[in-house]
Amino acid sequence: MMQFMLLFSRQGKLRLQKWFVAHTDKVKKKITRELVTLVLGRKPKMCSFLEWKDLKVVYKRYASLYFCCAIEPEDNELLTLEIIHRYVELLDKYFGSVCELDIIFNFEKAYFMLDEFLLGGEVQETSKKNVLKAIAAQDLLQEEETPQGFFDDHGLG
Amino acid sequence: MPAVKGDGMRGLAVFISDIRNCKSKEAEIKRINKELANIRSKFKGDKTLDGYQKKKYVCKLLFIFLLGHDIDFGHMEAVNLLSSNKYTEKQIGYLFISVLISASNDLMKLVIQCIRNDLVSRNPIHITLALQCVANIGSREMAESLSIDIPSLLVSGDTIDSVKQSAALTLLRLLRTAPDLQMGEWTSRIIHLLNDQHMGVVTSAASLIETLVKKNPEEYKGCVSLAVSRLSRIVTSSYTDLQDYTYYFVPAPWLSVKLLRLLQNYPPPEDPSVRTRLTECLETILNKAQEPPKSKKVQHSNAKNAVLFEAINLIIHMDSDPNLLVRACNQLGQFLQHKETNLRYLALESMCLLATSEFSHEAVKKHQDTVITALKTERDVSVRQRAVDLLYAMCDRTNAEEIVGEMLEYLETADYSIREEMVLKVAILAEKYAVDYTWYVDVILNLIRIAGDYVSEEVWYRVIQIVINRDDVQGYAAKTVFEALQAPACHENMVKVGGYILGEFGNLIAGDPRSSPIVQFQLLHSKYHLCSPSTRGLLLSTYIKFINLFPEIKPQIQDVLGSKNNMKNPDVELQQRSIEYLQLSSKATADVLATVLEEMPPFPERESSILAKLKKKKPSSVPENSTETTKEPKAMPAAQINSDSTGSNPQPSLQISSPSSSGSADLLGLDMDGTAPSINAGVGGISSGGGGGDLLVDILGGPIPSVGGGTTNGLDASGLTVGAEENFQKFVCKVNGVLFENDLLQIGVKAEYRQNLGRVGLFYGNKTSFQFTQLTTSISCPGQLSSQISIQEKEIDPVMEGGAQVQQMYKVECISEFTQSPILNISFTYSGANQKLHLKLPVLLNRFMEPTEMNADSFFTRWKALCQPEQECQKIFKATSPQDTEASKVKILGFGSSVLENVDPNPDNFVSAGIIHTRNAQTGVLIRLEPNKQVQMYRLTVRSTKGEVAKTICELLETQF
Repeated sequence: MMQFMLLFSRQGKLRLQKWFVAHTDKVKKKITRELVTLVLGRKPKMCSFLEWKDLKVVYKRYASLYFCCAIEPEDNELLTLEIIHRYVELLDKYFGSVCELDIIFNFEKAYFMLDEFLLGGEVQETSKKNVLKAIAAQDLLQEEETPQGFFDDHGLG
Repeated sequence: MPAVKGDGMRGLAVFISDIRNCKSKEAEIKRINKELANIRSKFKGDKTLDGYQKKKYVCKLLFIFLLGHDIDFGHMEAVNLLSSNKYTEKQIGYLFISVLISASNDLMKLVIQCIRNDLVSRNPIHITLALQCVANIGSREMAESLSIDIPSLLVSGDTIDSVKQSAALTLLRLLRTAPDLQMGEWTSRIIHLLNDQHMGVVTSAASLIETLVKKNPEEYKGCVSLAVSRLSRIVTSSYTDLQDYTYYFVPAPWLSVKLLRLLQNYPPPEDPSVRTRLTECLETILNKAQEPPKSKKVQHSNAKNAVLFEAINLIIHMDSDPNLLVRACNQLGQFLQHKETNLRYLALESMCLLATSEFSHEAVKKHQDTVITALKTERDVSVRQRAVDLLYAMCDRTNAEEIVGEMLEYLETADYSIREEMVLKVAILAEKYAVDYTWYVDVILNLIRIAGDYVSEEVWYRVIQIVINRDDVQGYAAKTVFEALQAPACHENMVKVGGYILGEFGNLIAGDPRSSPIVQFQLLHSKYHLCSPSTRGLLLSTYIKFINLFPEIKPQIQDVLGSKNNMKNPDVELQQRSIEYLQLSSKATADVLATVLEEMPPFPERESSILAKLKKKKPSSVPENSTETTKEPKAMPAAQINSDSTGSNPQPSLQISSPSSSGSADLLGLDMDGTAPSINAGVGGISSGGGGGDLLVDILGGPIPSVGGGTTNGLDASGLTVGAEENFQKFVCKVNGVLFENDLLQIGVKAEYRQNLGRVGLFYGNKTSFQFTQLTTSISCPGQLSSQISIQEKEIDPVMEGGAQVQQMYKVECISEFTQSPILNISFTYSGANQKLHLKLPVLLNRFMEPTEMNADSFFTRWKALCQPEQECQKIFKATSPQDTEASKVKILGFGSSVLENVDPNPDNFVSAGIIHTRNAQTGVLIRLEPNKQVQMYRLTVRSTKGEVAKTICELLETQF
């Protein structure tokens, strides 16, 4: 089971965090700090897998973003790399060549998409089509539900 | 500002832009505080906010939280959003709650109510949101309140596929949070989800089923054949068959891996057709690895190899098909030189496991040179670390000198981060595989020379223990340390070892004028002033020992002891030693001196302190073939801890040093009663000094506890809590289960055993909604048991909340054979009344037994060799349950011994073998169970070198059929 997934920039800024196990905020911050330092300190071409405490860390860099997952000892490292890749593909397809900014400005969408793909730290739906279909259905509802007077909503709102 | 997808919240996007434009941290904080104040006033204001605005502000709060700031309001508004009938408002509400609300929040009751409303709403998208929320934050409270709604969604015919998927994984989350959760009658239907049309449903269900299987393998064993046939359909399909479930030309890699993992919870399938089909699947996967890639993309090779590695894990787990094991090993061998670092890393890791199987150990050894090259040339230290692990795992008596030599050589330039661990590993290997102890002494002294700073106390203590316990190496050790000390700069650890050894055995080399007493003394004393106080203290003891060994240099030594520097040393310990030693040497007669300063007696035998240290440092790095390891076996199924470990004994065992490395012939040690020529030579490793003694003990039958009745129940039945005995009996043939249950408390047991060590986890569940206080537990060992096993318990919190579950671990070691079980005494206060329970802890002799495989010939040879009447125990008894062949097999396997096929000429009979591990000895046990179906009787015969063991095992097993 995946314990958590972190997305952070080359500068070490956390862009997305998904925890599949309960930790206090303090512990989450500590883990994040440790892992960001650890992963950013690695050189390119190094192995994508690391032993960390009693977990395995699998990470991969896409452009300016690092995707980093912590999995349990019996989990499959290579397939975790492909979980990351499939998630990137989903984001990419949805946003149209995704960049870091898309994730910052649409963080809630990034979460919704992750919930369709992974649930409880396990892979739920591997079909790209099915996940995107679910998200498209959500967007449709959003359009229907958005109030017509939303032009008032600007500035500091 | 980039486009916001869909018709999102513009105000939110503006806010995010503002934050990004902040030039400094201060500006950002200022902007955030302004926004927080704004939101707070909106929430507090008189004007009621509409749902859209509420959603927007909640989302802003979420964003602020994710930036790393604390959020202390807005929770109520988020909960309000849950009851909105607009999907997007609900969705943001759930997101906020999933990210920000902890299980202990006061609002949780409300949240659960909203979740429940959505679950029964019949609107699939609302149901999905509610399920996702539970899957994200599922708490015990949720588990209890939703334990009916969620399972029924999963098995109901009306549920749409995507909801089923979410329901399966949500249920999984709840089971992890509350493992004791009881949930209706749906369980048997669940395995059939593996046959579902929808691949997504199967993918989700496979994870749920694996968790259920871990809890109760017996109940779900029907999933094995379903999983095999599903897997078979996937691996034989072409990549176009599965459409969107094919990933870069690999058909359903995620599902394949989940199925392969599920199968690792069971022994190889018993049904021949299922077994053949599984073997075909595994062969197909191995074959595909040899085919040219269908794509150059790394995703293709990763997905394909992910399945391959998982298949290899299953092959290693089954550990029964030499052909597959060797093929797996060859495949990994190819990866060892692959250009992808990731593959090299994984190949080294998997090979560690293969090295522990007797079928593939030799095949792994063929790659020794490649692994050594990896150790020297890999650029990533984590890969080099794996190479060290593998060398350690593949080491045996035939290659120990070479591997230890290479590791020593590498140590000179090794990364600081792995030096200490390498030192430990070298020390363990050198000790374990030393035939010639002069080699061992050389290795350890080299370690100190090369990496003195990383040589921990355990390592140099150990070399001293061994030298003291082995008189054949003492002279050599004295000579070698003397030479090593000649080096102008030598490590302080060398001075310690040198000081100690010369103090004990300096006389053995004193005949040589080059190392005469005075020369030895001057050499040591030349280091004295450079050393730390603790080393100086040790040297002072060496000096007083010299006075006894070499009276001729007494004056020189007394000068040193009496020097101002020592007599008035600011270090109290040094001062005291100097004064006392000086007085002792001047006042005591030669006789007294000789008695006080006599050579150290041999050290009592115990687990190698180095091994203990390595385990502590890195539990996972001690491979299974080393003795007394506590390594968590990779994905070791609960049901199967015993039967799986057969493969972990390819090495010559430590006490019984067998000449061949495959050594299975000697494993049982049954040929030891008699003359046993094979046991004299080089008593291996850890038992070193005491080893000889242990062997003798083993041969003579050992100090057998002479418990009169020898029954497992040494206690007066009334001393135990009612019902305890009945549950306890179930643990004879299984490791995990419920030990006790009444209206207040449930106690579950989950245990793991490996050789003579065990870890027993007790799970106490408070079934009431009130606190237990003054909760205490203690263990008592009746009769001789306290000297036969050692139990360490972790303390338990005296307060246990209503509905809570707490875990308590016990570490158990079997010191010698025992017949009784320890008693667990529990006491607690529940609503003012004191409750006391006395239960037998299911620690039984057979738990320290590991199954052994052998063919008919060797079985009967051994059987016949054990022909003394006291080596056999036989019982004839009436069957208490139906005489079902499969059920009996499961019982025997669960008991901890093997089921040997094609051994007994009568196929109805069961023959079985195992080895009982105690701290210092291993005892083989042979079992034969003959059912007579006409009269519903059994004849059970157990033979063992030790009569008492045969009797205990026989009596335990008798109760189970």
